[in-house]
Amino acid sequence: MIAGEQRIRAAFDAARDEGRAALMPYMMAGFPDRESGLAVAAAYADAGADLVELGVPYADPLADGPVIHSAATVALDNGATLRTALETCEAIADKVPVVLMVYTNMVLAHGGGSEFAKLARAAGASGAIIPDLPLGEDEGIREAFVAEGLAMVPLVAPTTTDERRAAICKVAKGFVYVVSTVGTTGERGELPPELADLVAATKADAGETPVAVGFGIGTPAHAAEVGKAADGVIIGSRLVRAADEGGSPGGAAESVAEFLAEARVALAG
Amino acid sequence: MSAIEQRFGPYGGRYVPETLIGALDELTEAWEATREDPEYVARLDALRRDYIGRPTPLYLAERLSRRVGSRVYLKREDLAHTGAHKINNALGQTLLAQRMGKARIIAETGAGQHGVATATACALLGLECIVYMGTEDIRRQAPNVERMKLLGAEVAPVDAGARTLKEATSAAIRDWVANVETTHYVIGSAVGPAPYPVLVRDLQRVIGDEAREQSLAAEGSLPRRVIACVGGGSNAIGIFAPFIDDAEVELIGVEAGGDGIETGRHGASLNAGTTGVLHGSLSAIVADEDGQILEAHSVSAGLDYPGTGPQHAHLRDTGRAAYFPMTDAGALGALGELARLEGIIPALESSHAIAWLLENALEGEGFDVLCLSGRGDKDLAEYVRRTSEA
Repeated sequence: MIAGEQRIRAAFDAARDEGRAALMPYMMAGFPDRESGLAVAAAYADAGADLVELGVPYADPLADGPVIHSAATVALDNGATLRTALETCEAIADKVPVVLMVYTNMVLAHGGGSEFAKLARAAGASGAIIPDLPLGEDEGIREAFVAEGLAMVPLVAPTTTDERRAAICKVAKGFVYVVSTVGTTGERGELPPELADLVAATKADAGETPVAVGFGIGTPAHAAEVGKAADGVIIGSRLVRAADEGGSPGGAAESVAEFLAEARVALAG
Repeated sequence: MSAIEQRFGPYGGRYVPETLIGALDELTEAWEATREDPEYVARLDALRRDYIGRPTPLYLAERLSRRVGSRVYLKREDLAHTGAHKINNALGQTLLAQRMGKARIIAETGAGQHGVATATACALLGLECIVYMGTEDIRRQAPNVERMKLLGAEVAPVDAGARTLKEATSAAIRDWVANVETTHYVIGSAVGPAPYPVLVRDLQRVIGDEAREQSLAAEGSLPRRVIACVGGGSNAIGIFAPFIDDAEVELIGVEAGGDGIETGRHGASLNAGTTGVLHGSLSAIVADEDGQILEAHSVSAGLDYPGTGPQHAHLRDTGRAAYFPMTDAGALGALGELARLEGIIPALESSHAIAWLLENALEGEGFDVLCLSGRGDKDLAEYVRRTSEA
């Protein structure tokens, strides 16, 4: 098992030992500004996140809905770059495993798979999610990341065929990311009834590899519901909104910590 | 016909969220099964003839030829229904969508030509149509917004980023991610994830097939050069495609030089860009060192796009086609010149190709074919504004 994968697996194991799913908050690096982003990251690490999904701001994020897209735009307007995300990663990587969520073009712009993976490893990242690099397009980059010890986390969608899902799970490192609903990231009023079946099928394909669910989880109750079936629960847009509502670095940290505490209670319940 | 290409050399591919992969597979299979289906081909051929008005003429522009100093034929896509080549693709794709059982159509538009073409095809076929358009383009292209609405389409404003074509395309892709089971996305140029670059090229190839046949009929030989403007590159790839195997025919693409390559304000991804991913494919794009896509700059909304289709990037690398930038000023001058010489008001997009020709006469025997991709009525306000400033 590669280094990043080991660390991610340990985080899932620790949560499972407590009888709950792993709590995996998402944040946008440099949002709304560099200091607030760092404060949110620190709050995640202190408020009991098992793993942090760290978004690298990108101007054309095809997998993201309005909340995260707009957060990326604000972060970029405030001067964020890949460097901002790597600094944020570095600040918390000792306390909690970090998985970068980064779009393909930024990987290519920073020298391609191998060079980018070296930068990510140097900042302490354990893995990466590249939402616009599906199976079949990812050969060079996936291999380069794994060679550098980074877990390459693939996504499975409700529209993924059974055959393809099995192939995706086979190459997954760290965990498999199940996209809960057909659509982009963002809070949903309710989760689709077919989700439980999708999670069960993915778990069967994934074997030992943990399965986490994201996209659309907006309340502690959603988190609890998803946590019954999945090994991990990813909360994104809801927390990005909370960070924005904080109004200051301290306020953002307080706001996300409050939501995370509720989610954690719900998951344990 | 060979299988649908997923890549051209290293370029192309499907850099999209996993959610879309099933739909792209479905579209690939559907196009493979449909493009030679006799029923589909017969229906498309009949509509091309009776509705679009094809074949469009190949016109020997004598006064322009005298001005340039060599013989020039114009392929008159400006005379196609709705005034540009965009209808060739929009009609073919909506007919395909109808066969696939998708009753909801989405599209993106910059200047509005592709939006109008898609709204037109949807009106003809009775399909629901939503066109994503940046709010800055909505402001600049008000008449086309009214046209789309009149044709029964909904124009969905996009307020992100620079509020132009790049953001409209991203918004359309996000809609498709959310509604992929019921919706077909009619992309407007030879860009996007596979199979779109091939689908659009196949549907625009009619321009080149006609031009090749018309050249042989008029001159008994093939043109020495085929010249077209390149934004995403659909009219260019359409007219180039049938000539790619004719090694003696030079293929020349002219892209948006904007204020000049040296100013950084341009849309010349093939001449001054980098290799990267935009809207689902790996190709020539304009991006900064961190990998953020930059805003393109061009007087012509149709070339105001920071990327080019993957097949063009490959044709450039292999040397089969050559690409040159042309400035806004050159294009504006050429628009006026063609209007006065030939009584034809070309689109600002096509004017880039004309401007290049005016500076690069053919030497020796033979003749040129230039794709006049659209008419310039839509550009009059911009033309007047820009030329009265100078």
